[in-house]
Amino acid sequence: MTTTEPQPTETEAEHPALAIDGLEMSYIVRGTPRAVLRGVSFEVRAGEAYGLVGESGCGKSTTAYAALRYLPGNGRIDAGRVESGGQELTAMSGRELREFRAQRASMVFQDPVQAVNPVLKIGKQVAEAFEVMGQSKSEAHASALAALKRVRIAAPESVMERYPHQLSGGMLQRVVIAMALACDPTLLVLDEPTTGLDATVEAEVLDLVRDLRSELNSAILLIAHNLGVIRTMCDRVGVMYAGRIVEEGTVDEVFDNPSHPYTKGLLNSIPRRGLRKTDRELFAIPGSAPPIGASLPTCTYIDRCPIATDICRTDVPPIVDRSDGHWTRCHHADRIGDVPEPQEVTVEYNVGNEQVIGVNGVSKTFRQRGHDVPALVSVDLGFAEGETLGLVGESGSGKSTLAKTMLGVHAADEGGSITLRGRKMAGKATARVEESVRAISMVFQNPDSALNRAWTVRRILHRSVVKLTGVRGAAADKRVEEIAEAMQLSPRHLDMRPRQLSGGLKQRVAIARAFAGDPEVVVCDEPTSALDVSVQAAILNLLAGLQNDERTSYLFISHDIGVVRYLADRIAVMYLGRIMEIGSTATMFNGTNHPYTEALLSAVPSVDGIAEDRIPLVGAIPSPANPPSGCVFHTRCHRAIEGLCEVTEPQMVELSAGHSIKCHLTVEQLSEPVHIDPAAVLAVAIDDPLA
Amino acid sequence: MTDDMMPPEVLGSAELVGDGTATQFEVTKTKQPGEGKKQIRKEQLRVLYTSPGFIFGVIIVGFWVLAAVLPGLLTTVGEKEFVEVGPRVKPGSDAWLGTDKNGWDVYARIIYGARPILIVAPVATAMAVIVGTMLGLIMGYYRGWVDEVLSRVIEAILSIPIILMAILVVFTFGRSTPVIIGTIAVLFVPAITRTIRSAAISESDLDYVMSAKMRGESGLFIVSREILPNVIGLVVVELTVRLGYAVFTYATLAFLGFVGSNITDADWGIDVSQNYEQIVRDIWWPSIFPAIAIASMVIGVNLIADSIDKALKS
Repeated sequence: MTTTEPQPTETEAEHPALAIDGLEMSYIVRGTPRAVLRGVSFEVRAGEAYGLVGESGCGKSTTAYAALRYLPGNGRIDAGRVESGGQELTAMSGRELREFRAQRASMVFQDPVQAVNPVLKIGKQVAEAFEVMGQSKSEAHASALAALKRVRIAAPESVMERYPHQLSGGMLQRVVIAMALACDPTLLVLDEPTTGLDATVEAEVLDLVRDLRSELNSAILLIAHNLGVIRTMCDRVGVMYAGRIVEEGTVDEVFDNPSHPYTKGLLNSIPRRGLRKTDRELFAIPGSAPPIGASLPTCTYIDRCPIATDICRTDVPPIVDRSDGHWTRCHHADRIGDVPEPQEVTVEYNVGNEQVIGVNGVSKTFRQRGHDVPALVSVDLGFAEGETLGLVGESGSGKSTLAKTMLGVHAADEGGSITLRGRKMAGKATARVEESVRAISMVFQNPDSALNRAWTVRRILHRSVVKLTGVRGAAADKRVEEIAEAMQLSPRHLDMRPRQLSGGLKQRVAIARAFAGDPEVVVCDEPTSALDVSVQAAILNLLAGLQNDERTSYLFISHDIGVVRYLADRIAVMYLGRIMEIGSTATMFNGTNHPYTEALLSAVPSVDGIAEDRIPLVGAIPSPANPPSGCVFHTRCHRAIEGLCEVTEPQMVELSAGHSIKCHLTVEQLSEPVHIDPAAVLAVAIDDPLA
Repeated sequence: MTDDMMPPEVLGSAELVGDGTATQFEVTKTKQPGEGKKQIRKEQLRVLYTSPGFIFGVIIVGFWVLAAVLPGLLTTVGEKEFVEVGPRVKPGSDAWLGTDKNGWDVYARIIYGARPILIVAPVATAMAVIVGTMLGLIMGYYRGWVDEVLSRVIEAILSIPIILMAILVVFTFGRSTPVIIGTIAVLFVPAITRTIRSAAISESDLDYVMSAKMRGESGLFIVSREILPNVIGLVVVELTVRLGYAVFTYATLAFLGFVGSNITDADWGIDVSQNYEQIVRDIWWPSIFPAIAIASMVIGVNLIADSIDKALKS
């Protein structure tokens, strides 16, 4: 065992773009300093892209901010050095630091909407970034124009005259990147740059960054929780856990040959390589990440590690070299094979034949400022007992409207019907009979919003039991404990409030509440997108298990194709309030799809490192208030047939049993491979972002 | 959507509110079972008790409360007792803060003058906070025409100048203590309503409210049981902040002569108004000292309010 840190940089002529050495930081919370970084060391060499992954709270973002010495008021550096290009940031004066940030380093934040000033025109904001560097107004204007061109915005003149709210999220993130590149930084820090964006837009932004790397000399530090993003974007990756890097190496080495139990756990917790719920369970890392300030004298991962032994408790783990530049911080790196593989699934998933809930020709039209906005257009869906229907589509495609209409938050238009075991239900929840209200429940995306934080878990569940089932007194108390147990919540959780629980436990409470009334269908609206992958795995396992026990049907809305593929029996693809394709999960992945589905599938960054030709979606999703003529997808379709698609709306065609698409093209035409040059697509003009 | 996407500034405050803005920040929050609500409360109290502002504020306000409850403990001289040294004596060993034109001891007047202000200000504030909270919750939850109508009423109240309102009320209903309390309360309701309303609006947008609607809860239940407990921290802050304003408003009304039936009664505002003319003759102490008392009370209350706010957010 050796104790050398990964190779020092003397070999390189120039200094690394970023070198962090033994950085320890803490936040002062309620008067007490709490350790958040416990000796982080890594470097990003010039021209290199370095990724940091890990669960929430492990210190990724803190490290990113520390790289620019941009600390919150309650943060302080306890030890260690941060260097950029040979200059030490920790020793800089306020003025030097400002200069450094203006000239040498840039940061791109997660939410582009918050990163721009909503009342200034784009052109002015971008030009400002150049004015800071001493350019005159006219110079800055010209530079701004060039900068927007550089991020492949084809009509920069018109974009410069727009306000932020007139641009889509992806376009805005490009503008932010253009501003970040204004000073031609040696170090570019990207903190979850695509997390709030749709998969298709995410792919577009990542393509751009990848493309820009070749023409810039910036080193990139990329923070992401999405392992696929790191895999496709970075050269090297550091896996962070509880304020320490536990494994580092090239992305291929780390992801294909993980050597730390934590890395292995993370990789096993995501559905990879087309894994289905019928194959095996997902691996959920037991327990949760230690809080900041926790006392972790030896190995930080010890409490969750399946192969920990006594030595892990007594000795600080050494750094073990695995191969060139790939090292892990573990006593038992050679025993990594002992980490148990996830369980094979033995149960059979049976989908019943009887239709429980039917959605028949349901439309929903909102009235906005005197205009009709059709959010749903004659949607037909059905749920068999115990079936999971996955629903995918970009933001704004009407997924949530469909869920809310089914739940009776608003009534559907006249004409369509939602039936419960063949009987028509009233539109609004308030008008529905008790049985119908009980029959459909919902799990929301964000448990923090979905659970009343002033209530204890017991009260949250008790109220739903009483209100939905009419059971009272001791029987209700007993029922609450039963549900909690079924969700693997321990009795002591019942008397806690949501904020005392971790994200995963909160989502369990939300699921428990959804099951309180013994529903027929549970609508899951992105139930795991706010969670870490290891927690997501546990929640998906739970949902799959519950379905098997309770014979509940799910409408599972998600933008994560991998997750939908894992859990769903059938998948429906929505675009502009219409179902464009529906079929069993197997048929959806056999290669013949609606062009829209094809584009969605190609946008997913793969953690397995298999590069696929991405089919980009051009521009933003059109406004439902003014849908395109003919096939609503023709404006963004890569296979559109001129003279047909923009004129005639296609009918739903059954390709094979249970697999239907709404498209004019034949199976043969759809199976033809398409090759699109990504650079050409990035340069496409924003057609009509104001639509 | 991971948790560690927060701008770092909010790290410290992620603990408390847990509202829409703070909730995503799992990182710094109490993921660990060991640190429960009690522990947080305890730490918040420790921050509160050790903050100099809070200690200072409590000493000031505590002193005036003691004066209001047991003035006899702090002075042996009565509020209208003629002291031996005679009128208009400078502050000194005979009379700490001097005597006024009537020959009354200024210090004793100030001690006795704490009582009226300490009755009116808290009662008026409490009434305003109760009414304002109810209105704010109703407006924020129901919105629509209820909100429109009440908003216009509130704007109407806000548009009337304080003095004009006081003149109208005093001439119509007299100048008894209940009338003054009612006037101050009415003046304060709009601001409190607005604060609570905006909090209630953001609460109503959260999914737990939608979840309650979907299981068929009544509006009354949602407002009083679901939303109110989540804005109660804000109510406490409003209560303390408004108390400072109420002290100030009462003193203003007293100075202008809208308060009390007898101008010889000990009252800080009245004493200032009765004696300020003599400042030009260098007899500053009968008016400046009561004015300092008013200021100290406002400052003391605000120091406490700020400290509570900070501790809740720490």
